[in-house]
Formats: sequence, C-alpha cells, structure tokens
Amino acid sequence: MAEREKSPDDNIVICRCEDVTLAEIRELIAQGYHTIDEIKRVSRAGMGPCQGRTCRQLIARELAIALGVPVEQVEMPTFRPPSRPVLLSTIARGEADE
Amino acid sequence: MREVDIAVIGAGPAGLAAALACGESGATTLLVDYMDAPGGQLIKQTHKFFGSERQFAGTRGIQIPDIFIGRLSKMPNVQLMWGVNASGYYADSGVLTLEDGGKFIKVKAKRVIIATGAAEKALAFENNDLPGVYGAGAVQTLMNVHGVKPGDRVLMVGSGNIGLIVSYQLIQAHVEVIALVEAARCIGGYLVHAAKLRRAGVPILTSHTIVRALGEETVRGAVVAQVDQSWQVKPGSEREMACDVICLAVGLTPLVDMMWQAGCEMRYVPALGGHVPARDENMRASNPAVYVAGDAGGVEEASSAMISGEIAGISAAKSLGFEVQGAEARLGQLKADLAAIRSGPTGEKICAGVKCATVCGGEW
Repeated sequence: MAEREKSPDDNIVICRCEDVTLAEIRELIAQGYHTIDEIKRVSRAGMGPCQGRTCRQLIARELAIALGVPVEQVEMPTFRPPSRPVLLSTIARGEADE
Repeated sequence: MREVDIAVIGAGPAGLAAALACGESGATTLLVDYMDAPGGQLIKQTHKFFGSERQFAGTRGIQIPDIFIGRLSKMPNVQLMWGVNASGYYADSGVLTLEDGGKFIKVKAKRVIIATGAAEKALAFENNDLPGVYGAGAVQTLMNVHGVKPGDRVLMVGSGNIGLIVSYQLIQAHVEVIALVEAARCIGGYLVHAAKLRRAGVPILTSHTIVRALGEETVRGAVVAQVDQSWQVKPGSEREMACDVICLAVGLTPLVDMMWQAGCEMRYVPALGGHVPARDENMRASNPAVYVAGDAGGVEEASSAMISGEIAGISAAKSLGFEVQGAEARLGQLKADLAAIRSGPTGEKICAGVKCATVCGGEW
C-alpha cells in the first residue's frame, strides 16, 4: 500500500491470523472493495487458521458503517470445507482404511 | 465409508444431550468432538447449576459430562470420537469429513446434529494484539482447566454473565480485578453475579469502554473512557488504569460454518449472537437432514443447550422412524422447560430472537 501517515488504526488488529489492521480494512473499503469476500481475497483477512471467526463480524461492521447499511445487509462470505485446518498430506493420502 | 443414522458434531452440553436421546432410540449414533475430552464449555464451569433438577440443578458444570458419558459408553449403538476435527459437510451426499490425528475419514450420516457451540467476539481497540489481551473463555480455561493464573491485575471488559462470573472466579483465584467496564448503561448479566463483585469491592463502570491497551511487549495498563448514548468516546474522559491483563467478555457468536456449508437458510438475529439457522420447533433446519442444538442455534447457556440438544436428538431419531419412548410427552416437557428458562426479564431478548429464527407456524 502507498506511504501514508501512521494512524491509531494501524495499531488495531482486525484479523489476528493474517495480521490485517483496521487501517488496511478501511483503505480497502475506500478503494471500492465492498464485500467481505472481496476484502478477503485482496488482504487474506479471514483465511487463517480460525477461518474468520474473529474478524468476520468486525469487517462486517466496518462495511456497514462505510456503506450506511444495517449489518444484516452485509453479504456473508462463502463457507467451504475444511472449516478447521487440515494438513494437505492428510487429504492427499485419501480416506483411511478402517 | 462408514455409515451411521445420526452424527452429532460437538460434545458440549447440547451434543451430549442430543447423542443420549439418539442412542436411547436405538439409532446408530456417532458423537464427535475436536477436543481430547468431551464437555465443551462444561469442563471449566466450576459453579453449581441452578434451575430444574432435570437440567442438573445443584450439580457443578464440570461434573455433568461424566454423567452423560457414563450412560453413552454403555450403549453399543453409540460411538464416541474425541480429538477428531469435523472439517466439512457435503449436503448433496450427506457425507461428513473428519480428521483424526492425520487420518482422513468419511462418514455418511442420514441426519446430522450440529452442536458446535459459539466463539467469542473480538473488540477493535488500539494495541488489541498485545500479549495480555485475552478472551474471557481463554482466562477461564487457563484458570479452571490448567490451574494457571493469567496475571495479577485484570481489567474486565463486558458485564454479561461471562464477564461477571469470570471476574468472580479471578477473585477466588486471588487475582485482583481492578474494574469492569461496560459500554451499555446497565449491567448485562444477572444481578446476583454483579452483586458478588460489588461486595468484593470491584468498581463496575457502566457507559465506559476501553480505548487502548498500554505497554510495549505486554499489557501494562489500559486507557478507559466514558461513552455517550451513540457509543462515542466523550472527549476528556479518558483515564489510565494499571493492569497486566485485559479480559474481553463482549459476547459470543454461534459457530455455524457447517450450516452454511449445508446450504441451510440463515438469519441474522443479533439477540442470538449473529447468524443462526432458521429452524422449526424441533430444531430442524431448512435442509431436512440437518438439526441444530445449543449455542450454535443461538447463544444462551448450558441448561437450555441440554434441552435443545435433547429436542434435536429425539426429533432426528423420530424422523428416521426410530421408536422414542414417550416422545410426544418428552418433547412437550422439554419445550415447557425451555420456556421456563427463558421467562423473566433476561429471557425476553432470547424469546424475541428465537421467534425471529423459528419458521412461521413452528413447522417447515
């Protein structure tokens, strides 16, 4: 991101897994990323081990304030398996023999 | 691929009660939890439950899982799996994917009961990633499960029952609670819990919030401030407080990833903590193979979770044609018990939320 002055928002962490700050989320919204999925794809917010359990609602709230809509109108991202971290090697080995 | 009649995901109070009802019906039942031991949040609830004897009034939360497991482990048609991740649900085939210590397992289940509980909400304030900032659930786990003191001076944020109870348990562990801040104008939890804190001399600052955590490497203090009616910080009201732990108890939100994966109709109900599956009176979701139980269907507490779990278990078994003894009478009693728990001023919000989440007329 472009150089800009430090603000207190730089010290507010929204996505702990991927270390995305409130300043970064607000910058992305200002650039026109207006859904949780879009913000997720450019910033990785919500793609870490907790899969958005911490940050999803905080980002939804930021979007609601910025867009002037109630939180329930903020579209939720797509939920896909696995919902918890699984090693690729585990999946690659295929189903365990019983 | 393994096949079962009913798979129950999550072995907290809701999942344990659901699995017991399924097991009693004769259905082949699989109960899965990602923790190494069953119980969910019960494993740290050292206080005695109140309410009805049917929901273990007078028993400490930590004793309840053993009561369930004692009965479940005698049932040949029930399989228990701990330390197993339920990582996905594929609605088109009814297949669950599980991960057991590096082994990938597929299970085809005719019915799935989602009892995955809830996650703690976070709060956006400056330096909220400093070591020493904890969720209240984490503090409770450290103290009551592992016997570890989280610190010496705690600022508690949030005055719901979790914030109040964890504050009191901290005091019992000889940790100082310097203050409890609450952004709303009133205390959120039960008066009986708040009164204990006041008697212990803990200041409860309503209409106050945390502005920032102080410290370089770890928490050394916090700046708190008054908020106005639109939740904005009143200029000039900031003040510093010395503490080494900031404990966040700002509410829970249902863990419903698998319900989204199952394509269930979801509704945003703030009174229940966020998005919850639409359900009928018997806890069945819009996908008829999927049931919800406990906090995953709306954040309440352990007694109501056990009731909704039993309702979901009986209903799921019945839907597959299993004979559940006295099913109608039991369902009637359970629904009456739920209504009793939700009566009173604190239950009003829950009742309104449940109404929003329940399909019109109570049936799909």
